Amino acid sequence: MKKVKTGMGRRSFIKNVSLVGGGLLIGFNWLACKQAAEENGGEVAMQMPDEWFELNGYLKIGDNGIVTIYSPNPEIGQNVKTAMPMLVAEELDVDWSNVIVEQAPLNLDVFTRQLAGGSQSIRQGWEPLRMAGATAKQMLLSAAAKEWEVPVSELSVDKGIISHKASDRSIGYGEIAKAATKIEVPKEIELKDNSDFKIIGTSRKNVDAKKIVTGKPLYGLDSYEDDMLIAMIVQPPAFGMEFKSMDATKAKEMPGIKDIFTIDTYPEAMEREWSDVAAFSKLVVVVGESTWQVMQAKKALNVEWDLKPDLTHQVQILEKSPGMEETGGLENSDMHTALMNDAGPAKSEVVRKDGDPESAFKNAARVIERSYSCPFLAHNCMEPMNFYANVTDEKAELLGPIQTPEFAEKSVNKRLGFELDKIDVQMTRMGGGFGRRLYGNFLVEAAVISQKMKKPIKLVYTREDDMANGVYRPAYKVSYRAALDANNNITAFHVNAGGITESPLFANRFPAGAIDNYLAESWTIDSSISTGAFRAPRSNFIAGAEQSFLDELAEEVGKDPIQFRLDMLKRAKNDPVGEENDYDPVRYAGVLELVRDKAGWNNNNSTSSKGVAAYYCHNSYVAQILEMDLKDNEPVIDKVTCAVDCGIVVNPDAAKNMVEGGTIDGIGHALYSELSFKDGAVQQNNFDSYRLIRHREAPKKIDVHFVENGIDPTGLGEPPFPPVQGALANALYKATGKRIYKQPFLPEITAESRELKT
Amino acid sequence: MAQFDVKINGKKHSVDVDPETPLLWVLRDNFKLVGTKYGCGIAQCGACTVHFNGSAVRSCQVPISAVEDNEITTIEGLSENGDHPVQKAWLEHDVPQCGYCQAGQIMAATALLKNNPSPSDSEIEEVMNGNICRCGTYNRIKAAIKSASQTV
Repeated sequence: MKKVKTGMGRRSFIKNVSLVGGGLLIGFNWLACKQAAEENGGEVAMQMPDEWFELNGYLKIGDNGIVTIYSPNPEIGQNVKTAMPMLVAEELDVDWSNVIVEQAPLNLDVFTRQLAGGSQSIRQGWEPLRMAGATAKQMLLSAAAKEWEVPVSELSVDKGIISHKASDRSIGYGEIAKAATKIEVPKEIELKDNSDFKIIGTSRKNVDAKKIVTGKPLYGLDSYEDDMLIAMIVQPPAFGMEFKSMDATKAKEMPGIKDIFTIDTYPEAMEREWSDVAAFSKLVVVVGESTWQVMQAKKALNVEWDLKPDLTHQVQILEKSPGMEETGGLENSDMHTALMNDAGPAKSEVVRKDGDPESAFKNAARVIERSYSCPFLAHNCMEPMNFYANVTDEKAELLGPIQTPEFAEKSVNKRLGFELDKIDVQMTRMGGGFGRRLYGNFLVEAAVISQKMKKPIKLVYTREDDMANGVYRPAYKVSYRAALDANNNITAFHVNAGGITESPLFANRFPAGAIDNYLAESWTIDSSISTGAFRAPRSNFIAGAEQSFLDELAEEVGKDPIQFRLDMLKRAKNDPVGEENDYDPVRYAGVLELVRDKAGWNNNNSTSSKGVAAYYCHNSYVAQILEMDLKDNEPVIDKVTCAVDCGIVVNPDAAKNMVEGGTIDGIGHALYSELSFKDGAVQQNNFDSYRLIRHREAPKKIDVHFVENGIDPTGLGEPPFPPVQGALANALYKATGKRIYKQPFLPEITAESRELKT
Repeated sequence: MAQFDVKINGKKHSVDVDPETPLLWVLRDNFKLVGTKYGCGIAQCGACTVHFNGSAVRSCQVPISAVEDNEITTIEGLSENGDHPVQKAWLEHDVPQCGYCQAGQIMAATALLKNNPSPSDSEIEEVMNGNICRCGTYNRIKAAIKSASQTV
C-alpha cells in the first residue's frame, strides 16, 4: 500500500474538506439538478435517497448507500466522465452499480486542473481522485469503528459494506455516512496496491451512453430556457478584414428579430488570458426568437468590411502564445507555401546541437534530404461552437461546451468586471473538443451579448461560422537531412521545422539521443490567420513526417524498418547522446516489438502493402502497422494494428475505443482534410467542400493492444492520432511506389496516377 | 408565419412558424426534441437524421410545410424505454465517444435494418457513409449494426 499525505500541496483538497466540515454544500445548481431529476424519473432503477451526506467535494453518499461522484473535468468524448469517477469509486470501495456520476461545475476551491487538454486528465487526476475516495472510505471506517467501539484495523470493506468479523456485524455506507461527516479528515491515508484494484482495469460502460442513444439533452446546444433568445454572429468574410459599417434596417424588421448590433469581444485595453484567441474581435450580432429566424436575418444584413491595417501589433496578453499576434493582410495558400519554402527557413534558429553536424555532413558518403508539409486544418467538432449566458446586474451564469472553464471564468471577470464568485461556469457534455474549445471566445461573446440584451441568450455558430472562425491547426513544414558514411551508418541528422504561426519541432524527441551529430532548427511565420492547439499539437504533423523519413532511411541503408528503429533506440538506451532526451527508449522499443508481434510483421503472408510507425507524445508510446490496398486509385485500409503504452489502463474497452477513434481521425486528416485560403477567405466552410473521413473509408479492422507494465497512467486522447499518419504514408509508398511528402495525401496519389495514365 | 399541425413520434403538435423553417429547427426550438442534432445544415453530416414515414431523411432539408400528415419519428420516439435493438446494440458495443452524431447514426442504422435486415459490410458502409463521426467510431457503429441485425 502506498501512504499518501492528504495535505501534500493540495490546497484545494484540504480547503474543500474544511468547507464540507463547516457544513457548506457545493453549489451544484440547475443543470445538475435537472439531469439528476431526469435520471431519477427515467431509466435509472436506483432508489433515490432521502438524504445525502458530503464527505468531501468529490462525492456524497445517500442514506441508502447510493453514491454520487462528481467528475471534475470537461467531457469532450475522451470518456473521463466515466474514468475519473472510477478512480474515486476504486478507493472508496463501492459497488460501481450504486454510483451516479454528475458533471462538476467549475469549482477551484474543490478541484484542481479542471481542463480537457494535453491528454492529462487521468494522469494528473490519478492521485487526487483516488485520494478523495480513500479519504472518504477512511472516515466511514472510523465512524463504524467508533460506533462499534472496535479498532479500525479490525474492519473490512466490500462494495460499500463495512464488516467486523469478530463480532459478526456489518453496516452499509449509507447507514454510517451521517456519522462519518463528524469524523475529522485523516491527515494520511493509504492507497491500494495495483493488485487490489477491483474497478480500475475493468471495462465500464460510458456513464452517459443511455442518454446519448435516447437523445436526452446533454450538450450546450441543447440548452433551452423559457425566456431565452438565440444569438448568432456575422464575422468578416476573410482573415485580415474588419467591420466597417452595416445597414440592418431590413433585417431588423424580419419576424422574431429582437436586435442587431456590434460587439467588441476583446477591447484592446483588456488583459487577455492565453485562451482568449479571436481573429475577429468586432462582430455583428443578430438576436431573435428562433434559430431559423436569426439565420434568415443574417442573410438579409448588409455589412461592409474594411481591410485591417497591414501591420503587426502585439495584443496584450499574460503569457506568450501562438496566434496572439495580430497581423493584417489578405493571405493566399500559394503565398503560405512560398513563405514556408524560403522566408521561414531563412530565419531558422538552432534549438539543439549535439557533436559536430557540419563536419559530419561535409564528410558524408551521401546525404538524404526530404521535406514534408501540411495545410491548416479546422477542428470541426460535430457540435458547433455555442454557449448559454445569463448575465444580470448581480451575476453571470454561463453554461456550455468549454475545455478551459477556469480561464473562461477569468476572461469573463476581466471583460465584464464581475468578481469571480459572481461568475458561474457550468460544463455540458461536448460534441467534440479537439482543442478548439480551449479557446473560449464564443463564451465571452455570449456573456457580452447577454449583458447587452439583459436577457438569457444562447449563442449559436452555424457550421460556416464555426469553420471560418479560426484557431486552426497551423500549416507546418519540416526538412530532414541524414548523413550516411560508406558503411551506411547514419553519422548526422538535421531537422529544420517551422510553420504558420508555430514550429512543430520537438528538439529532444527521438531520434535525438540516438545520433552523435544532431542539429535541430526552428522558425515561425506570422499570419493574419489565427491558429491554436489541435488534437496532439505539433505532433499531429511532425510524427508522420519523421516516421516517413525514417522509413525512407531504413530502405536506403537496407534495413527492416522496425529493426532500423530498434537499433537506434538501443543506441539511445545504451549510450544516449545528450541529457535532454524526453523519451524512454525501452518503452519506445516495447511498443514497436509488441506491434511487430501482434501484426505478424515478419511472417504475414498477406499481399497488402504495409507501413509501420511509432511515436511518443503526451507521455505515452504508440506504434501502428497499417495494411492497405489500392482500389481505383484510392486506398482501402484493411487493418491497423496498434500497440499502446499508456501505463495502467483504467477502462480498457473505452481506451480501445479511443485508440480506434484516434487512428481513424489521424488517417482521415492525413488523407483528406485541408483548409486553404484565397484573399484571406477560407475556401472550405462546410462538409461539402471540407472533407472528413467517412464510414466507408475507415480501416476494416483495428486491433488494439496495450502494454501491461503497472506504471501510473499517462495520456491516451492524443497519442494514437500522430503516428498512424506515418504508417499510412509508408504503406502508401509500398502500394504506389511513390513517397508522399505533402498532406493531404489523397490528391498526391491521384495526381501521380493521373500522370501515369496520360 | 403559418400554422402547422404535425405528428411527431405519434403525438400531435401545433406550431406557428415560417413555412420554410426546416423540420430540424422546429423539432429543436419549438418542440424541444433536442436529440436531433444540428451539424451542417446542408445534408452532409447526417446528425439531423429522422424517419419520414420510416425512411431516413435529413431533417435540415425538410421544410415544416412538407411534413403534412406524414409520420415523423425522432430518436426520442424510436422506442418507449430506449430499448430498440439498435439502441441496445449501441450500448452493448459502447459506441459513443463525444456522442453528438450518434442519434443521427442510430436513426440511419434503424432505417437501414428495416429495409435490409441482414446487410453486408459494404451495404452498411454505403448507407452509413452519409453520417460523419469526427471521433471515428465507425468500426463500433458497424459492429453494433451487425449485432442488431441478428435481433431486429
